[in-house]
Amino acid sequence: MADLQERRDVHRGFPPAGRSRVVDGLRAYRLIAWMWIRSTMAYRASFAMTVFGNFAGTALDFVTILLMFSRVDELGGYSLGEVAFLYGLSSAAFGLTDLALGSVDRLGQRVRDGTLLVRPAPVLAQVAADRFALRRLGRITQGLLVLGYALFVLDVSWTPLKVLMMPVMVVSGAAIFASVFVAGAAFQFVAQDASQVQNSFTYGGTTLLQYPPTVFAKDLVRGVTFVLPLAFVNWVPALYVLDLPYPLDLPEWVAFLPPLVAVACCALSGVAWRAGLRSYRSTGS
Amino acid sequence: MGTWRLYTAVAAGAFRRYATYRVATAAGVFTNTVFGLILAYTYIALWDERPGLGGYDQSQAVTYVWLGQGLLAAVAVIGGGFEDEMIERIRTGDIAIDLYRPADLQMWWLAADAGRAAFQLAGRGVVPMAFGGLVFHLALPADAGTWLAFLVAVALGLLVSFAIRYLVALLAFWFMDGAGVQQLAVLAGLFFSGMTLPLNVFPGALGELARALPWSSLLQAPADVLLGERTGFALWRTYAFQAAWAVGLLAVGRLVQSAATRRVVVQGG
Repeated sequence: MADLQERRDVHRGFPPAGRSRVVDGLRAYRLIAWMWIRSTMAYRASFAMTVFGNFAGTALDFVTILLMFSRVDELGGYSLGEVAFLYGLSSAAFGLTDLALGSVDRLGQRVRDGTLLVRPAPVLAQVAADRFALRRLGRITQGLLVLGYALFVLDVSWTPLKVLMMPVMVVSGAAIFASVFVAGAAFQFVAQDASQVQNSFTYGGTTLLQYPPTVFAKDLVRGVTFVLPLAFVNWVPALYVLDLPYPLDLPEWVAFLPPLVAVACCALSGVAWRAGLRSYRSTGS
Repeated sequence: MGTWRLYTAVAAGAFRRYATYRVATAAGVFTNTVFGLILAYTYIALWDERPGLGGYDQSQAVTYVWLGQGLLAAVAVIGGGFEDEMIERIRTGDIAIDLYRPADLQMWWLAADAGRAAFQLAGRGVVPMAFGGLVFHLALPADAGTWLAFLVAVALGLLVSFAIRYLVALLAFWFMDGAGVQQLAVLAGLFFSGMTLPLNVFPGALGELARALPWSSLLQAPADVLLGERTGFALWRTYAFQAAWAVGLLAVGRLVQSAATRRVVVQGG
């Protein structure tokens, strides 16, 4: 059985499975995701429409920001270009995570259906790759376009460090969001039909980060800086790039912490995921 | 009288059905509260910059936010009403069974949606509103008359919302997969109902257009009634506007329905 599977993989151009769980997981993820991509591509016109829909749907919140700026010149002391910079970075980072892990919010549904442990592959990889939706490229595209607009209109005094900061932000930001997605999924082992709670931290988180931190109450900013460190996705490092003060009086070196914060978040969510998985009992239906 | 009792029973059944999803309702309340919080702060920043924008003062704007979060599930702007089930029944052919029932198809689904909306209004509307009232200063009316006028506007808005979603669901008779049309309807609904930004803040011709479209009945109209912006003659004009869209769209729904059901017969189920 395993041999047959491996021969098929080699035939499809995938390398044979390694030994570690991570390699196993990535391989399972790639296989399942590829299956969903092929099934989506069976209806190309429909695929094109859903990519556009995803693009337009996520563009709606930037249109709202544009409408706001049609009536004002500044929001919380930030210009449109500066808000677009925050928006683009948050959207691109979130878009990457949504593409890779967006399906994990269906975990509660699968727990209720009893379809969770049906394949001999790491569970997280299965859940994440289930219904892999390439249409989510629409959100990333939209985020990058807004970021491009921001870079075009903003007058930043660039240094090599500031340039390097941007890819680092997108990657660490995506990892921070990923840990929120995984921790949310772990919570769904306990509360099975509470996927909306997860959405308020993921979608709500990216919505929050699209606006300047000066807009929000100090306690809320403290909460997303020190408790659930979403501020490290874009606020803290972006304000270093833009030479703007952070509303909480943090030292400047904090702007370089996103990779460390991302690693810590991923480790913690990994612990939460394993705890959730241990508590899992199949519904037996 | 017999048919009236049937539809009441359908509505009551839908109410009870949604009432069983307690954890999901609590999770939804949580989401509405989080988004209400984020939006409220952005609106405060906006109204700090431009006091009196769109004819609202700051506490009216913040009230508008919480009203939107309270009504979001009830008016089903982002879907989640009867339409998913109806589209599924059209796809599987089960709709043929519904057509045999001694009940009108449109009235049947309307009754079910009314029961759902009534539950969502109570289950997902009150708590976010109360939370908003604790954290922010809200401009809520003290007299019962305004609240009553508001509830009438909400009921008319629900009717318009149903009529739109019924049309969207019927399209599944032609496009076997209703997902694309549904997605477009959600986008239009979110934007033109005023859920992202009050329609009176929309600039120029876009604002005129947005206020004339049926979606403005879902949130903008009830909100304006509650915030005391529509009284006397303006109140009746608001009702007439909502009712006209409701009657018009429901009538179109009936026409499309008869065309669609003829299609079922042609296909043989």
